[in-house]
Amino acid sequence: MYSPKELSNKTCVVGIGETTYSRKSGMTDLTLQLTAAMRAIEDAGIKPGDIDGILPQAAGATSEDFATNLGIKDLRYSAQINMGGASPCAAIQNGVLAVASGVCNYVLLLSGRNGYSGARTAQSIGAGLGSGPMRTMGEFEYIYGLVAPMLWYGPMARRHMHLYGTTSLQFAEVSIAMRRHASMQSNAQMKDPITIEDHQSSPILADPFRLLDCCLQTDGAAACVITTPERAKDLKKKPVYISAFGEAHPDSPSSITQRPDMTTFGIAKLAPRVFEMAGMTPKDVDVAELYDCFTFTVINQLEDIGFCGKGEGGPFVEGGRIQIGGDLPVNTHGGLLSQGHIMGMNHVIEGIKQVRGSSDVQVKDAEVALVSGYGDFGDGALAIFSGR
Amino acid sequence: MTTTSEYKKPIPRPTGESQPFWDFCKKHELRFQRCSKCNTFRHYPRPLCGECGSFDFDWVQVAPKGTVHSWVTAHRAFHPGFAEELPLAIVIVDVDEAPGIRIMANYNDGTKADEVAVGAPVKIVFDDVTEEFTLPKIARA
Ligand SMILES: [Zn+2]
Repeated sequence: MYSPKELSNKTCVVGIGETTYSRKSGMTDLTLQLTAAMRAIEDAGIKPGDIDGILPQAAGATSEDFATNLGIKDLRYSAQINMGGASPCAAIQNGVLAVASGVCNYVLLLSGRNGYSGARTAQSIGAGLGSGPMRTMGEFEYIYGLVAPMLWYGPMARRHMHLYGTTSLQFAEVSIAMRRHASMQSNAQMKDPITIEDHQSSPILADPFRLLDCCLQTDGAAACVITTPERAKDLKKKPVYISAFGEAHPDSPSSITQRPDMTTFGIAKLAPRVFEMAGMTPKDVDVAELYDCFTFTVINQLEDIGFCGKGEGGPFVEGGRIQIGGDLPVNTHGGLLSQGHIMGMNHVIEGIKQVRGSSDVQVKDAEVALVSGYGDFGDGALAIFSGR
Repeated sequence: MTTTSEYKKPIPRPTGESQPFWDFCKKHELRFQRCSKCNTFRHYPRPLCGECGSFDFDWVQVAPKGTVHSWVTAHRAFHPGFAEELPLAIVIVDVDEAPGIRIMANYNDGTKADEVAVGAPVKIVFDDVTEEFTLPKIARA
């Protein structure tokens, strides 16, 4: 049996693929995801039929759809994680376990959707009134109008502002950094740089959140291939090692309202475990790709991961610290706020690119990238990629 | 009184566990589950005490008083039923006599969103919104 630490660097990513991030893909959800999948498979230098594990993290296409289209004769493992935007990053754990155990040779992890031109993401969440993980919220909270994610997370942000003096101007710093990075990326939805004034004059949608605190809705997909370092030796690309991984859930996981401290996410429990698994500390991280459904979510994760103390996230993001050239560049792809929203699979891809040295907004000599996912009511996931 | 079919906002869809909570609301009583074994309050309603593993509980009545823990203000009609009430404060309230328990509510005494503050005392009141459902709401204490 493996201890978690023994699984560090036992697996690696050998291929990545993305579509254009846009408002009109002109493809079906399935074709969009297959396009990203074929690019990842091509990038790895394997054949589609070599894939024997699939982790599809978006609704609209099943493992069976992928197996049929990719010509997979003997699919041995498939799993869809039910953690909203934390799912792609959390599924890295499934990929590692499937490959390290020998159950699978090559696992394909992917996510994507027509989140703008298809069923709008915001509407599909509203349509889920009272079902699945939202059932309890439907019964006790939707009835007071709390029907959209920016309303779910608003009280967390407000509480953080109350306890720690965090300000909307600090939220703006996050929004500006993501947009600056997107403006330097070849593949991003929103590329016009913005200022603090732009942020402060954008309409208030759900106080304390303004329009420029909120993520985009996007058509797009991305995929990666996970295998062992032994198999990677015969492949095209230098492997990117998965040094640590994991999923986490906050206290009171199905209700933010009943959570003793609504400013502490699940990853606060996970972060010490992943750093131990990787044999690292937050100081070893060269670049962080943090799930940014809202600006506040980035600030809170910087604290819960341990890049700064609890309550220090607001001051931490000031003065360009999280921009390229700063102490800790965050979301060098532009994030959900400015590159696109495919449930954070683009964060996973960008972390891998940083270690490869192939990002359009490359952090000089980056060796270690940390990626996070965040979903539902504070669920989370982390992964640490390194070149070893 | 408004029939459920005329009411424009979402209504609760109770389960076997939560139905008693709504039945008590209809009688204008604020009651929460409290574990019979370890006396821990729990909400939202559920079968098992996460502290001690006991299925046994009582529906304990508490004073309808609380304190604002946090809130968010909707400036858009994310659901059409609330369009006439914008900006709408959606408030999370610590229930004074049930440690660790919170409820969500809207003010129904005309309190405006910009008058809400963390720590503000509130009264918990009952609003008979339809023939079938009575919702807890809040008013300034
Ligand atoms: Zn108990």
